[in-house]
Amino acid sequence: MRIELVKRKEHSSLMTLLSPLVAVGLTLVAAAILFTISGKDPLLGLYKFFIEPLTDTWSLQEIIVKATPLVLIACGLSVCYLSNNWNIGAEGQFVFGALCGSFLPVIFPEFANGATLPMMLLFGAAGGAAWAMIPALLKTRFNTNEILTSLMLVYVAGLLLDYLVRGPWRDPGGYNFPESRIFSDAATLPVIGDGRMSISAPIAVIVVIVLAVVLAKTLKGFEIRVMGESPRAGSFAGFSAKRLTIFAFALSGALAGVAGTMEVSGSLNQLLPSISPGYGFTAIIVAFLGRLNPVGILIAGFVLALSYIGGEAVQASMGVSDKIASVIQGLLLFFVLACDTFILYKLRFVKKRKAVAIGEASHV
Amino acid sequence: MKSILKSAVAALALAAAGSAAQAADLKACFVYVGPVGDFGWSYQHDQGRLAVEKHFGDRVETAYLESVPEGPDAERAIERFAREGCGLIFTTSFGYMNPTIKVAKKFPDVKFEHATGYKTADNVATYNSKFHEGRYIIGQIAGKQSKSGVAGYIASFPIPEVVSGINAFMLGAQSVNPDFKLKVVWVNSWFDPGKEADAAKALIDQGADIITQHTDSTAPLQVAQERGVHGFGQASDMINFAKDAQLTAIIDDWAPYYIERVQAVLDGKWHSESTWQGISHGHVVMAPYTNLPDDVVAMAKETEAKISGGWEPFTGPITKQDGTEAAADGVRLEDGAILGMNWYVKGVDDKLPQ
Amino acid sequence: MFEAVLLTVITAATPLLIAAIGELVVERSGVLNLGVEGMMIMGAVVGFAVANQTGSGTLGVVAAIIAGMAMSALFGFLVLVLVTNQVASGLSLTILGLGLSGMIGEAFIGVPGLRLPELYIPVLSEIPFIGPVFFQQDAVVYLGFALVFAVSYVLFKTRAGLVLRAVGDNHTSAHALGYSVVRVRFLAILFGGACAGLAGAYMSLAYTPQWVENMTAGRGWIALALVVFASWLPFRVVAGAYLFGAVTVLTFHAQAQGLGIPSQFLSSLPYLATIAVLVLISANRRLTLVNTPACLGKPFVPDR
Repeated sequence: MRIELVKRKEHSSLMTLLSPLVAVGLTLVAAAILFTISGKDPLLGLYKFFIEPLTDTWSLQEIIVKATPLVLIACGLSVCYLSNNWNIGAEGQFVFGALCGSFLPVIFPEFANGATLPMMLLFGAAGGAAWAMIPALLKTRFNTNEILTSLMLVYVAGLLLDYLVRGPWRDPGGYNFPESRIFSDAATLPVIGDGRMSISAPIAVIVVIVLAVVLAKTLKGFEIRVMGESPRAGSFAGFSAKRLTIFAFALSGALAGVAGTMEVSGSLNQLLPSISPGYGFTAIIVAFLGRLNPVGILIAGFVLALSYIGGEAVQASMGVSDKIASVIQGLLLFFVLACDTFILYKLRFVKKRKAVAIGEASHV
Repeated sequence: MKSILKSAVAALALAAAGSAAQAADLKACFVYVGPVGDFGWSYQHDQGRLAVEKHFGDRVETAYLESVPEGPDAERAIERFAREGCGLIFTTSFGYMNPTIKVAKKFPDVKFEHATGYKTADNVATYNSKFHEGRYIIGQIAGKQSKSGVAGYIASFPIPEVVSGINAFMLGAQSVNPDFKLKVVWVNSWFDPGKEADAAKALIDQGADIITQHTDSTAPLQVAQERGVHGFGQASDMINFAKDAQLTAIIDDWAPYYIERVQAVLDGKWHSESTWQGISHGHVVMAPYTNLPDDVVAMAKETEAKISGGWEPFTGPITKQDGTEAAADGVRLEDGAILGMNWYVKGVDDKLPQ
Repeated sequence: MFEAVLLTVITAATPLLIAAIGELVVERSGVLNLGVEGMMIMGAVVGFAVANQTGSGTLGVVAAIIAGMAMSALFGFLVLVLVTNQVASGLSLTILGLGLSGMIGEAFIGVPGLRLPELYIPVLSEIPFIGPVFFQQDAVVYLGFALVFAVSYVLFKTRAGLVLRAVGDNHTSAHALGYSVVRVRFLAILFGGACAGLAGAYMSLAYTPQWVENMTAGRGWIALALVVFASWLPFRVVAGAYLFGAVTVLTFHAQAQGLGIPSQFLSSLPYLATIAVLVLISANRRLTLVNTPACLGKPFVPDR
């Protein structure tokens, strides 16, 4: 007997809702097994990992702080991926955007007034977009594979930041240590709440809403989806693949750059040799977990941030290794991907090739 | 009576931290930048934590977070410990400095200890070790043992601690061989075994027959072993990785300091201060001298004793790379000048990244 | 001196070469597996652990290959059977591999490893210069070269290679002709996993004989870049791997000479060089189009 996939006539709306729940359920089971293997109480582990962080305002705010850059970057990436542009260098765009956004407070610290923050964000967006333009132009001009060029540029951006922070942009009053000067209050994002949450969180939500509307209701959104699903049909409709590539990279670069600037301005208050714990890469996962849908990304960003905060919680309070958190993340993603298959497909059990189907597992 | 005291202390800790009740008198928490399995920097800090557990038994509970990146995650990790009832928090990487200060402001009753930084507060102390003392000794050994008169130095990042290490090594080597040459390679990483191995090979190919490193992996020593040259362990005793190649190792021993500071909190005698000690306090320990002739071992031990007695390797005459005088004959460099060092001594074959 | 540098380049290039040749076969079959890094690191840890427990380097290498294949089988199940997105599945494979390897490896930190012995090929190893460089290496280096020849031969001279390329170029026609697209791709993915595992074993048993977390340090990604760089041709993978290895090694030599160039600039050279070569190669459309598997990354579901 063998199992085959059969494409459903239309999306299964039941599975659309059920699939993430099944995936989370499977992840919980796997996590429990992992805790048991490492000699910890699985129930306590699950509670500390997935529930406790949601019960406390501090850790809730921290989840939002962590989710904000992920959601912003993933929103931009979703436009790329929907239109078949494989930008996996958001990490580099984040870093380069943060560099450009920090130009004012680092080089002209005395320029501190109401215009400082908006200008920083503008510079950050422009910087991120410019960095993303390199793989985009290489793709449209020379047909160069954007997965690899955008990835290579991640390392280059990181080394550039490293060079600047250790060299020309070093804090003159910092005893030669590798850090920039601390930003003035005018260059710091206003905080909301009693923790570290800044106005970057509502900004991310606004981006999600705007993007959701654009994708669903506008011609641009239609163009993005058509060009992703069927470039040939798109070109008959008069859409240009090259222009869309430029647009998608510019948008995702700009969002990553803004995220980088807000992270530096809101959380760090200065430039350091490394400013991102891999946000750009994690955002790729967020984009797919959210099924390339802005609202889905918002939820996925929150879930992934929870997995980080929860991973830290079990490490700090139960002495569980931090590798377990990354294994759980990997498994969660696998399960979500696997379960999502059943939105578009259903399983069919067949005896042998070309044999008659003996049973149909529809709407599990 | 004792138990009443104990519960009083526990109640205090509870009030201070506003968190769940604990059996121990104090919870000491550690934030590491690398995995505890790096067998270098973070590993040695964790050895210090284990020594605290062993020394105090049930009186002190410990916890740690590993691989916490410098940056936005650091502040959260530190604040988590402050919220979870840690009375004493060690943050063990330079990049944790500003997050530590920020969190310390919010939790005035929790005590913080930041390694390798320079900002203190009423509840934030700093600590570091005089690693350059050990570097002077291995420099002397290199000066004696090198046949080619050229050593290779695998460096991580041009921060003052690394630069002063290079200079101390060079001064030590020059004290026995004035014509000694030092080649420096920056790998831009604290920990990348492959890169460190490649750098070591490049240095050996360019004539270095002594390899030393300010990066954390054992790879350079393994290369030295394979190529039949010598080297020194870094942070921990790496003799098991290079039986014939390791001459000695500079061991970071945080255990005495951690035990002392935990004791101070338990006794209610903790103050914010800046600790910067080396061989004399056992914070920097030289691993057994191996693969060396007796006279070199004797010389190394003599220097070790001299440093332990209070002598500073950065004592003049010291000439900078550009020919200007850094310290006149017999003049000792100020602590601040060593802690913020951004120049090379004469003879280093490299341009300091600025 | 030159001989010694070349030796260093060979060690630096070998893991890239092996992982890339495996991925090349996977991509020729039309599948993009971005999980090379994850499979490689699992190979490194399992290879080290088994060699350490049994005292046999050979068993370590074999176990590493199996570990790489097991990881790739997971990936294959997802993208072939469940038709999940290949990019996302590959990335999650990497995350999973990095975490899992850390868990497995916790017991082996700070434990000295054993090194694969060098095999001196009789007579040939006596030749001056060429002998020490090419015929006094460990078995994995020879295996790497053998793989390149074998893959090149199978791909372009045998029926199996023809089928593999047909599946990668047009899975619908291949299916119509009666070939099992899924089976061919699954085998290719397994081969890619085996190579990645072997490359990982080379890291932990020969390059730097020890286990440390994250020790592959991005080499899996470089291997992916090399495949495109090589425009899916096996012998160009060799050129790419050696070029990348040489640039990496030479930046250290440039530094040791005391040239005073910012080290960050030198460190970024290999990446910039890769981009430059990618541009040069892809600008030649005729050549790229001939060799690019047309179905790369596209899911296949047989319609019945």
